[in-house]
Amino acid sequence: MKRSNKPIFWSLFGAGGMLSALIGPMLVFLTVVAVPLGLVSKQTMDYPRALAFAQSGIGKLALLVVISLFLFHGMHRLYHTLHDFGVHIGPGAKALCHGLAILGTLVAAYLLFKLGWA
Amino acid sequence: MSARQTYTRPVAGWWRRNPFYRAYIVREMTCVAVIAYALELLVGLGRLVRGPETFEAWLTSLARPWPIFLNCVALLLIAYHAWTWFEVMPKTLPFISVGGRRVPDRAIVASGAIAAVIASLLLLLAFLYL
Amino acid sequence: MVEPRTRNIRLECLRYAPGIDAAPRMQAWDVPFTDDMSVLQGLQYIKDHLDGSLTFRWSCRMAVCGSCGMQINGVPKLACETFLRDYLPAIRIEPLANFPIVRDLVIDQADFLAKLESVQPYLIPRAPRTLAEGPYRQTPGQMDAYYQYSQCINCGLCYAACPQYGMNRNFTGPAALALLHRYNSDSRDAGKAQRMEVVNAEDGVWGCTLVGYCSEVCPKGVDPARAVNQNKIESTKDYFRHLLMPRGSGSR
Repeated sequence: MKRSNKPIFWSLFGAGGMLSALIGPMLVFLTVVAVPLGLVSKQTMDYPRALAFAQSGIGKLALLVVISLFLFHGMHRLYHTLHDFGVHIGPGAKALCHGLAILGTLVAAYLLFKLGWA
Repeated sequence: MSARQTYTRPVAGWWRRNPFYRAYIVREMTCVAVIAYALELLVGLGRLVRGPETFEAWLTSLARPWPIFLNCVALLLIAYHAWTWFEVMPKTLPFISVGGRRVPDRAIVASGAIAAVIASLLLLLAFLYL
Repeated sequence: MVEPRTRNIRLECLRYAPGIDAAPRMQAWDVPFTDDMSVLQGLQYIKDHLDGSLTFRWSCRMAVCGSCGMQINGVPKLACETFLRDYLPAIRIEPLANFPIVRDLVIDQADFLAKLESVQPYLIPRAPRTLAEGPYRQTPGQMDAYYQYSQCINCGLCYAACPQYGMNRNFTGPAALALLHRYNSDSRDAGKAQRMEVVNAEDGVWGCTLVGYCSEVCPKGVDPARAVNQNKIESTKDYFRHLLMPRGSGSR
């Protein structure tokens, strides 16, 4: 029997799942619910503050890790859920799903690079 | 023995037949919210690169009814993901013994939930004050 | 002595006669029952008094042999420990899901049995042991590590519950992987490396998406979902060990 390559994708899925389980709800609440609604001061996410964060080492790491792991988690699960629904699009689907996660990671890395350092 | 003329029942639509399966599908579908949020962050990052006016405009657009509604839905889905993630966590871990007694599953689930609460509070503090 | 209350319940059973029926059909009977009667007893009443051709497996009547697994109102259960009193006014009985139907409520177990065999379900000792060395000794803690996984009665309810097995009959499946884990967890066994090929395959542990229904329906508390998902971690460790040290990993 051929050894499956699932462990790689499952590990990324697991890391993303754990991260999104630990901080996902609070992160979503703060950034796209609380701030736009004014429940939290809009200053916490205004341009200067957001830029400073994204230009810092820790900010770059945080943003890259969140975007990347959330995508790897989500796309792996999406691929399997399509299978559960009986949508059989073949091995190309696997490449597409994980490929999109890789693409998202690369785009994030590029944008973070473009922002430069503080 | 002669070949049996067995009958194989179709499995299509299996997930509709049982509340347990339906709950599983909802759990799995939370991935859509996780992906959507990651893409949202990616878009925000793109807007940040373009400059202050573009970024502020993006933030303003987030305050409109549809984005707020969709993001609230995403919030609920990600919260459900978090809860179900810790609920199944014991199944992925080997038996843990403390002082000769096995730690029950509900203790593992609880410690996961507590870790999430602590992590969320730390995130909140960092977001507001750092 | 007070006579126990007798009521009637409608049993609707799947019928299928190979070579005669093109497809299964449902047949219903009204069965008198007392509150202590199991679904199995209801079926036996039909066979004894109403229709002798109704075919189903059963043996011990006490949930240890694993013979009488069926879909009862769509849920995999043992007929001998499911009670008619809980299903008024009508109960739907079908053969165990995800298995080919041989006749009426009897399913073809061949694949299930083959899966059990495929995991090398026997102790593979570290070294040959002579009678003179006496029995193996185990602490209560060592037995605790595998005990619940050893309780499997091979009833097949977990395979009926598992949608991944339903969609892909090549999936090794819950009971077989729980059995594999039972032996890996036994201190007398040293065969883990030999069993890794089954674990690591696409249809091994990686066929599981942790639906978890298998553990929900298991009548013996085996918790196959746990056995399978712990081995995902083992498989991952083995994968990276193999990647980094291909010669020393001990498995292909």
